[in-house]
Amino acid sequence: MSEPIIRLKNVNKWYGQFHVLKDLNLDVAPGERIVICGPSGSGKSTMIRCINRLEEHQEGEIIVDGTELTNDLKQIEAIRRDVGMVFQHFNLFPHMTVLENLTLGPAWVLKRSKAEAEATAMKYLERVRIPDQAHKYPGQLSGGQQQRVAIARSLCMNPKIMLFDEPTSALDPEMVKEVLDVMVELARESGMTMLCVTHEMGFARKVADRVIFMDHGEIIEQNAPDAFFDHPQNERTRLFLSQILH
Amino acid sequence: MDKALRSGSPDRLPPHTDAGIIGWLRTRLFSSPLNAVLTILALWLLLMAIPALIDYLFVKPDFSATTAAQCRETGGYCWAFVREKHRLILFGIYPYAEQWRPLLASVILVAVVICSCIRWFWKPFLGVLWLLALAAFGVLMWGGVFGLTYVENSRWGGLPVTLILSTFGIALAFPFGLLLALGRRSDMPGVKAVCVVYIELIRGVPLVSLLFMSSVMLPLFLPEGFSIDKLLRAQIAIILFAAAYVAETVRGGLQAMPKGQYEGAQSIGLSYWQSMRKIILPQALKIVIPPLVGIFISLFKDTSLVVIIGIFDLTQAAKVAVSDAVWRGFSTEAYLFISVIYFIFCFSISRYSLSLERQLDQGQKR
Repeated sequence: MSEPIIRLKNVNKWYGQFHVLKDLNLDVAPGERIVICGPSGSGKSTMIRCINRLEEHQEGEIIVDGTELTNDLKQIEAIRRDVGMVFQHFNLFPHMTVLENLTLGPAWVLKRSKAEAEATAMKYLERVRIPDQAHKYPGQLSGGQQQRVAIARSLCMNPKIMLFDEPTSALDPEMVKEVLDVMVELARESGMTMLCVTHEMGFARKVADRVIFMDHGEIIEQNAPDAFFDHPQNERTRLFLSQILH
Repeated sequence: MDKALRSGSPDRLPPHTDAGIIGWLRTRLFSSPLNAVLTILALWLLLMAIPALIDYLFVKPDFSATTAAQCRETGGYCWAFVREKHRLILFGIYPYAEQWRPLLASVILVAVVICSCIRWFWKPFLGVLWLLALAAFGVLMWGGVFGLTYVENSRWGGLPVTLILSTFGIALAFPFGLLLALGRRSDMPGVKAVCVVYIELIRGVPLVSLLFMSSVMLPLFLPEGFSIDKLLRAQIAIILFAAAYVAETVRGGLQAMPKGQYEGAQSIGLSYWQSMRKIILPQALKIVIPPLVGIFISLFKDTSLVVIIGIFDLTQAAKVAVSDAVWRGFSTEAYLFISVIYFIFCFSISRYSLSLERQLDQGQKR
C-alpha cells in the first residue's frame, strides 16, 4: 500500500463563526479518481481549495505529496506547481491569447524555453481538441472551449494532482459533454490523481474509483460508484440522491 | 461545418436607413422634440460665440501694431503683446541670447516623451534614450561645458521648468504610487500601516502647503550650510504629492479585479510579483487609465503652484510679463496665450490616453 498522495488529518476550518469543515479525514492514493458530491454549502469546494492553499485551514494537517501545507510560502508555491486546478468560471487571463495563457506557467514557473513551452501548449491543445484556437483571445471562445483551454493550461504544468471545482456547472448543457469527454479521456489515459467536485453523476459512474458524499462539512459516505449510487447506506445520502438525477 | 448543418432561412441585410445628410440630421440632431430644441440652442450659442471670437482674435486687431498705445487704439487681441513678450513668457529670465538652449531642451524633452508613448519604442534602448535626452537637457540648460555659458537654475523659467517638473513628476510618481497601492493592500501590517499613513497624510494637505513646507521648513532641519536645490525640492514635493493620488486610483483598479484572476494565477504557481506583473497589473491599470490620466493632467497644471516658492514657471512668467508698466492692462492676452499652451499639452495627454485604451482593447474584442 503506497503512501497517500493527499492526506487530510482532522482538518477543521471556520469562516468567521461558521464551522465549514469539521474534523475531515481523507486519504487519496496516487492515481485515484475521486468524485465529491453533496448539497451546496457542504464544504466540498472549500475542501479541495484547501489542498492547494487557496483557502487556509485553521486546525489539522494537510499533507500533499509528502509536504505539509503551512504558511511557508516556498512550500505553498512548490505544492501549487504539482497541483493543477480547473475552476467553475474558468479564470483564464482575458488579456492574453490562448497560447500565451498556456505558456505562461511553463515559461515563468518551470523556466522552460519559449519553444519548449509552445510545443507543450500545442500538444495539450490538441489533446483537448482545439489546436486551431491557439491565437484567439478567451473572450472569442465559447464556454466549453474556454474550459477546455483551462484544463490544457493546468496540464501544461505537468501536475501530479488535478483538482476540478464544478468544471461544468457554468456551461450550457450542449457544451457539458465536450468538457466531460476531455475529462474522461484524461482520467483513462494519464495516471493522474483527480479530485472532482461535480454534480455530473454519469461522469462519476464512468470514471471514479471512489465517490464521496459531503454534507455540513463532514464526509458522510464514500464508496465505489456502483455501490454508492445503487446501495447508499446513509439516510442523508439516500435523500440527496433522490433529489438529483443519477 | 456548422453552416452545413444549420438549415433555415438565409440571413438578410438590415433595412436601408435614411441615407445622406438628411438622414444623419434626422437621427443625430433632430430625433426628438427635446433634441431638436437642444440642437437649435447649441447652434445659436455657436453663432453668438464663434464670430465674436474670430472678430476679437483676427479681424479687429491691427497686425502691424508694435506698441501698447497702437493696440489700445484698435482693440481686439493684442498680438503685438505676444510678439513682444512671448520669449519672456516662454523662457523667463534666462539670458536673452542663450534662449535657443531652453527651446532646444524643451523640444528634446517633448520628443523623448512622445517616443515613450509609441509602442514600437517599448524596448530596452528606450532607457538609454531617456538618459541621453536628460543629459542633453542638463547640458543645454546648465551649460558650463562645450563652450556654453553657465546658467544657474534659479534663472531658468517658463516652459522648460513646467515641462521638467511635470515630466519627472509623472514619471516618478507613477511607480511610487504603484508600490504604495500594493503596500496598502499587503498582508504585512507594518508595510500596510506605513502606506496608509503616508497616503492619508499627503492627501490631507494641499500641494501648496507641501511646497511651502519643502521650501521653508526643510532648511530648518538640514545642517548648517547644507542646502538642497530649490527646483529639486519642488520636484520632490510634486512627486510625493501625486504618488498618493496615483496609489488610491491604482488600488481601485486592483480591487476591481475579480478574485478568480488572482486564483487563476496562483493555481499555476506564479509568485506574488509574477502574477502582479503579468496578470493583475496589466488588467487593473487598463481599467484605471481614465482617472490616472486625469491625475497626470492635473499634475501638469498644478506645477503652476511652484510660484509660491519663487520658481519661475510658465504661469509666473506670464504674470511678470503683464506687470510691465508699459504693457499694463493686457492680462487677457498673456493668460490666453499660456492657456493655449496648457491646453495643447493637456489635450494631447488626453487624446493619447484614448488611443492607448483603444490599442489595449484590440485583443479583447469579442
